[in-house]
Amino acid sequence: MEFGYTIWIALIPFLAFLITGLAGHRMKPMVSGLIGTVGIGIATLLSYVAAHQYFFGVGKVDGVYQKIIGYKMEWLRFSETLAIDMGVLLDPISVMMLVVITTVSLMVHIYSLGYMAGEKGFARFYAFLGLFSFSMLGLVVATNIFQMYIFWELVGVSSYLLIGFYYNKPSAVAASKKAFIVTRFADFGFLVGILLLSYITGTFDFVLLTDPEGAAITQGSGIAFMGLSVMTWSLILVFMGGAGKSAMFPLHIWLPDAMEGPTPVSALIHAATMVVAGVFLVARLFPVFALSAPAGLEIVAIMGAFTSLFAAVIACTQNDIKRILAYSTMSQIGYMMLALGVSGYGGADGLGYMASMFHLFTHAMFKALLFLGAGAIIHAVHSNFISDMGGLRKYMPVTHITFLIACLAIAGIPPFAGFFSKDEILVAAYQNHMLYFLVEYIVAGLTAFYMFRLYYGVFWGKEKTYEHAPHEAPASMTIPLIILAIGSATTGFIPFQKLVTSDGMAFDIHFHWNIALPSIGIAIAGILLATAFYRKGSDMPDKIAAGLGGLYRAAYRKFYIDEVYQFITKKIIFNLISRPIAWFDRQIVDGSMNGIAYITNMVSAGMKDLQSGQLQQYAFVLVSGVLILVLSLVYLMNN
Amino acid sequence: MDLLTLLIIIPVLTIIGLVFCKDHKQVKIVAATGMSVQLLQCIYVVIAYLMERKAGNKAEMLFQKNYMWFDSLNIQYSIGVDGISVALILLTGIVIFTGIFASWNVTHLAKEFFISLILLSSGVFGFFISLDLFTMFLFYEIAVIPMYLLIGIWGSGPKEYSAMKLTLMLMGGSALLLVGLLGIYFHSSAGGSPLTFNILEIAKVSIPIEMQRFLFPCTFIGFGVLGALFPFHTWSPDGHASAPTAVSMLHAGVLMKLGGYGCFRIAMYLMPEAAHEMAWIFILLTGISVIYGALGAIMQKDLKYINAYSSVSHCGLVLFALLMMNETAFNGAILQMVSHGLMCALFFALIGMIYGRTKTRMINEMQGIMKVMPFLSVCYVIGGLASLGLPGLSGFVAEMTIFVGAFQHPDMFHRIATVIAIASIVVTAVYILRMVGRMFMGPLDNEQFQGLTDAVWHEKIATVALVVAIAGMGMAPLWLSDMIGNSLGPIMDQFSMLAP
Repeated sequence: MEFGYTIWIALIPFLAFLITGLAGHRMKPMVSGLIGTVGIGIATLLSYVAAHQYFFGVGKVDGVYQKIIGYKMEWLRFSETLAIDMGVLLDPISVMMLVVITTVSLMVHIYSLGYMAGEKGFARFYAFLGLFSFSMLGLVVATNIFQMYIFWELVGVSSYLLIGFYYNKPSAVAASKKAFIVTRFADFGFLVGILLLSYITGTFDFVLLTDPEGAAITQGSGIAFMGLSVMTWSLILVFMGGAGKSAMFPLHIWLPDAMEGPTPVSALIHAATMVVAGVFLVARLFPVFALSAPAGLEIVAIMGAFTSLFAAVIACTQNDIKRILAYSTMSQIGYMMLALGVSGYGGADGLGYMASMFHLFTHAMFKALLFLGAGAIIHAVHSNFISDMGGLRKYMPVTHITFLIACLAIAGIPPFAGFFSKDEILVAAYQNHMLYFLVEYIVAGLTAFYMFRLYYGVFWGKEKTYEHAPHEAPASMTIPLIILAIGSATTGFIPFQKLVTSDGMAFDIHFHWNIALPSIGIAIAGILLATAFYRKGSDMPDKIAAGLGGLYRAAYRKFYIDEVYQFITKKIIFNLISRPIAWFDRQIVDGSMNGIAYITNMVSAGMKDLQSGQLQQYAFVLVSGVLILVLSLVYLMNN
Repeated sequence: MDLLTLLIIIPVLTIIGLVFCKDHKQVKIVAATGMSVQLLQCIYVVIAYLMERKAGNKAEMLFQKNYMWFDSLNIQYSIGVDGISVALILLTGIVIFTGIFASWNVTHLAKEFFISLILLSSGVFGFFISLDLFTMFLFYEIAVIPMYLLIGIWGSGPKEYSAMKLTLMLMGGSALLLVGLLGIYFHSSAGGSPLTFNILEIAKVSIPIEMQRFLFPCTFIGFGVLGALFPFHTWSPDGHASAPTAVSMLHAGVLMKLGGYGCFRIAMYLMPEAAHEMAWIFILLTGISVIYGALGAIMQKDLKYINAYSSVSHCGLVLFALLMMNETAFNGAILQMVSHGLMCALFFALIGMIYGRTKTRMINEMQGIMKVMPFLSVCYVIGGLASLGLPGLSGFVAEMTIFVGAFQHPDMFHRIATVIAIASIVVTAVYILRMVGRMFMGPLDNEQFQGLTDAVWHEKIATVALVVAIAGMGMAPLWLSDMIGNSLGPIMDQFSMLAP
């Protein structure tokens, strides 16, 4: 098979994980770091080769990009038709994801050589990074939905391990637990959805499931339940899993806390790769969504639009640099979800699909850059809070310039990458429903505002007094920044409409000035507002915040969603369900068992007196018995 | 000597060897050697079984042997194995092997301890190879009785109470079971042939449905008590809490599987009509077990109680899957038995090792012990991840097979029960991560824990063997699942005519 080698893209990081995980504590830390980095480097090369071969070589047959099975083996068989295969499925989105994941992962591996230097557990860190890269790569190339679920869980656990990397810190432990449990809850829906879907369609296989002429789509809608077809229900449940991983409202609460992990991890997992898994999942099943469950797609769009606005509002109020970026990530993923939700299937109808994948790609570049930049800043000033920063542009020129590029990219200023992809999303939203467009339009303005609030707060504003003078990061950290900055500046020119489309066929896009110009306009307005407020420092923001009163406080406290969850888990599940069950089990169920034993004891204690061995007692009983018998006989005779 | 009887002979020889031992050291060497040989023999049985199947032997049971030992009642020592029993024999071999190494530090009456432990395991092996109901029952009792001594003498805490409770409840089950087995025996004759205890013979006979309605609950509950069927599970938390390490390992790891195996091989296989009719009652009970055990575990503070409740949940899933009565679910049930056996053995072994160091099993008294015992902690986390069904470890394979099987029933009742059972994976994640987070992570504040040491060689043997087995089963499950699946044909035939 000509794509047989693609299996090694995933396996090499796994080997690196095994080596550094099992023998890491015996090596010098740098050796394990280099093993991991070289491993992912080879995987990156292989995935570039695969991408080149796929997009510009054998992938296209008669003008349509094919789904190619690069490798496949049976892993577990459930019944005649249902089996889990492990394999590699290559199609435009999976090949694109291979490139994204290996690139960002390689950058993070290199960056961490500097960032994590001297940390305790350096080898463990690289082992977990390897495990994560393996899992994420396995996820995107999954040939069937169960393989995807398997790797889905594995990325979840790698994320858990990496968030809790500083396991001495109680807050990190709590955050890792929260991330795992919230996504686990979402995966419960995902799993039920998979089971339902496989029950209706009789297969787990993606190629069979998503074939527009296949049985799964043409006759798979099933009976209705509460107004929606069973097919729709199963897809909604599957989307629940995606919403959990991609931090869609109301399953988003784990993502901001996940920032407790080391910053390179946030860049890799919680910005560029794992959190977009939900988007990828919907894209993977897109034909099924679009052709047999449009109602499900509607939900995707609504969730996406709401989350993007919700998160953008919160991002404007936060003070922790990583949390701002986390909310920004949520907001941008909301964009991608919305784009999928408003998209149709096939040709130019699939504009939203293309835009979503495009934005996923560009976002991975500039968001990873933002996080890595934030890492360099935190490294320099030893704090996460903007209030402790200011005037850093003098000390950290490379970080400053690359961070600025990323900010311009995410704000949607041409010619940086974010402008192109966001523009396509706005067009797709505009063609579907005015409301979606308006929401995303506002979010575009908010994005520009909060990103430049962050930018000015860190690099301009009033210079703080630092313990040690901040200094530029070492080359191992700045080189990835520069590479990603080049990516953020240029990837917007990739013609995605020719490469990654809903049905594999290229289409033409038209440039909509009537949408592009206003969107540039609102981005510039956001930037100007932020410039006025934060470049020199002004008391206007505080005044406005005070003016907004409760609304500001609600946004600052993240709309109290965490408190709601706290209430549900601590008060309801723990105190009202679990504790009574524990009590019930000890007192009632076990009590009745003990009760039986107790009664048996009492009865036997009573009975044992009958056989006392005392002759007088026996004689007494004998005589009384005879007497009673005689008396009753006499009594009966008299009547 | 035939292949299967050796599985009983080796423990018996080991016991004889132990009798002549003079000191602790000899006792340990003899026990470890004996059980290592036993493990090799188990592996050999698996290989021999697979080779025989590969060579095209399609018989229901392989390596069959019959010896009459009580003529007037037609009781025979008849043995034979299929893929299901082979899987469980392998599990038992691994657990008893690791159990010996986990109880390396037993000094009080060590000889008697190892004798009882190995006697118990010989009962388990005998149970899994038997095809005769009476012999099977005999071995069953051999496995249960030493438990009383082991907990009562070498246990901790309120050991007399726990030992008595456990034994009485299991004996209560046995009484029901005996009624059931005798009932089956008296209806085992087809057209004038002599009465028989042989399972394969009885399977060909159809027991009258009126009798089945009485005998099925007797046998199912009788075995179910051992399989921690709600509400007869309460021996489990107390029993485990008092039992010494290796006994907990064997008990949760292997003995509880006797319950599931018996429910399957005797109650359901021999009385499919009643099983079909009454399944709903037991689906309710086992469904409760699954979610109730998991929720009950959240609030526990003692490590052994957490794992005891977790066992109630996981073993409930075994019986739950059996009652789904299709090939996939059956396969999942057996996989879950193996997986749970390995996980539980690992958990209890580690709890014993950690307790031996910290002198406490309360999770809120421990914190940050990852720092001083990285090896044990990592193994514990791996066990925890297996328990919450992480792919790549054994729990996932078993649970997914069960869920896929259970989902083949399209009606509302089964659907809801299945979804509730699936919900337990979320609850499991909660209590496992809670436990792991409390014990291993966070700062190490307790001064007394600063000087604690990590695992030593015999502890490493025990834990590594179990971790390798768990990961092996999780990463390459196909051979095991195929081995079990290929043996389900005759059992499915019993049920096939019942399909609605």
